Amino acid sequence: MQSAASFLPSRAPGAAAEIQSVEPLLRIRDVSKKFGSLEVLKSINVDVSPGELVFLIGPSGSGKSTLLRCCNRLEEATSGSIRFDGSEVLDPKLDVNALRRRIGMVFQSFNLYPHMTALSNVTLALRKVLGKSGPESKTIAMAALERVGLAHKASAYPAELSGGQQQRVAIARGLALEPKMMLFDEPTSALDPELVGSVLATMRSMREAGMTMLVVSHEMRFAREAADRVVFMEGGVVVEQGPPAQIFGPDAQPRTRAFVSNEDR
Amino acid sequence: MNHFIDTFFNAQQILATWPAILKGVVVTLEIAALVVVTGITAGIGLAVLRWLFGRWIKWPLLVFVDVARAVPPLVLVLLAYFGLPSLGVDISGFAVIWLVLSAVLTAFVEEIVWAGLISVKKGQREAARSTGLTEVQALLYVVLPQALRLAVPPLTNRTIAITKNTALGTVIGVPEIINQATTAVSFSGNATPLMMGAFAYLVLFIPIIGFGRWVEGRFAWRRH
Ligand SMILES: Nc1ncnc2c1ncn2[C@@H]1O[C@H](COP(=O)(O)OP(=O)(O)O)[C@@H](O)[C@H]1O
Ligand SMILES: [Mg+2]
Repeated sequence: MQSAASFLPSRAPGAAAEIQSVEPLLRIRDVSKKFGSLEVLKSINVDVSPGELVFLIGPSGSGKSTLLRCCNRLEEATSGSIRFDGSEVLDPKLDVNALRRRIGMVFQSFNLYPHMTALSNVTLALRKVLGKSGPESKTIAMAALERVGLAHKASAYPAELSGGQQQRVAIARGLALEPKMMLFDEPTSALDPELVGSVLATMRSMREAGMTMLVVSHEMRFAREAADRVVFMEGGVVVEQGPPAQIFGPDAQPRTRAFVSNEDR
Repeated sequence: MNHFIDTFFNAQQILATWPAILKGVVVTLEIAALVVVTGITAGIGLAVLRWLFGRWIKWPLLVFVDVARAVPPLVLVLLAYFGLPSLGVDISGFAVIWLVLSAVLTAFVEEIVWAGLISVKKGQREAARSTGLTEVQALLYVVLPQALRLAVPPLTNRTIAITKNTALGTVIGVPEIINQATTAVSFSGNATPLMMGAFAYLVLFIPIIGFGRWVEGRFAWRRH
């Protein structure tokens, strides 16, 4: 997946992406976002190619969640362009519900529906968004739960599951719609340390199955070993992006190094 | 002691009055059922509309809700019963008590359900929307069921409190329980019919209160 550009120490934001040969699945260009007068994103450029696992790291408040949420229009970018799979995400006339069928999202706090079983959590969108029949959506949902290793918990309510299991059900809920890409916003931050591994293992198997992923996370070790590219954001700008070897290496920019060494502890 | 029993529990009076009280029970039940169905449906409906179109309906809605909750139901009943005909609206006492109590219940239900809706975590709606559900679908399948769960205990209490106001029908001649009882009292000068009325309310509402407790217990389960 890595292009020649990966070997260049790309310092300018987006430089690596521009030389990349594969047409990106997600192409974020000059995206800015203001909350009132507070500019949270400042001309962001990030590309994600098909099958890539891109990590988004940076201190709290740097705009990572906001950037992710702009990609599926949970937040409206103020300016710029986000192209995804052939359509302009920021087009006001775009059918956001159709877009969201093709981009899954996983949240820090899981956000499973507490009044529904794991199975119903997964089938809801299959039935109501894709219009699948009951039996068909159940088959698809069971397959998705199987992929995250939780088919045996299909009839459990979220309150009866551990945090790691809840997050994997949330991943299955996204996977079941067969999206072209998944967004992860700190998927393991709310988990007890001993439960983090199961969620990361699920993400690793998704990567092996070819899923395109944009992941906000503080799991530096996972980023180092599994990411194709790492984007470091601070204060609403992309400070540096490149392959893990660059970002975590000795030649990274001083701010990147400072952040990484502090996170790595 | 004998005098006390004669005043409140006169056997002859009981025999003479029970058919009238029974008629009153039927009327009270009719009004109560209509009020509960109308008030709860309209109240949930208004909360849903406020969620979907908040900006446009918020202010008129809040005026209605606050007026209906602040003014004593008796005043509303009298205003409607004596005011509406002079505006050319021909309306029966039965319809007045139904509409007024429904409006009051609607106002309370709207506020209770709204409080439930906004206490459901923001992430629930976002998760639903992020899978492609529309705003209406996210509300109906994800947010509203959770809001209603939170709302069941206060909703039950409020519904009972307002349904008891069917007794106000007596001041505008609706032949419900209390109206039947006071009519009998004015003929006999004996308070036994009122005791029968009170007893009828007990018989009607104890099961409802018990049901409320049961529902409360059931819905508290699985909440964490
Ligand atoms: N809905 C909002 N309204 C106003 N400010 C917000 C909102 N959401 C986020 N912010 C602000 O935007 C900045 C970036 O937030 P966020 O994207 O959540 O950062 P991160 O995910 O990197 O921690 C923060 O200063 C935060 O306070
Ligand atoms: Mg965040």
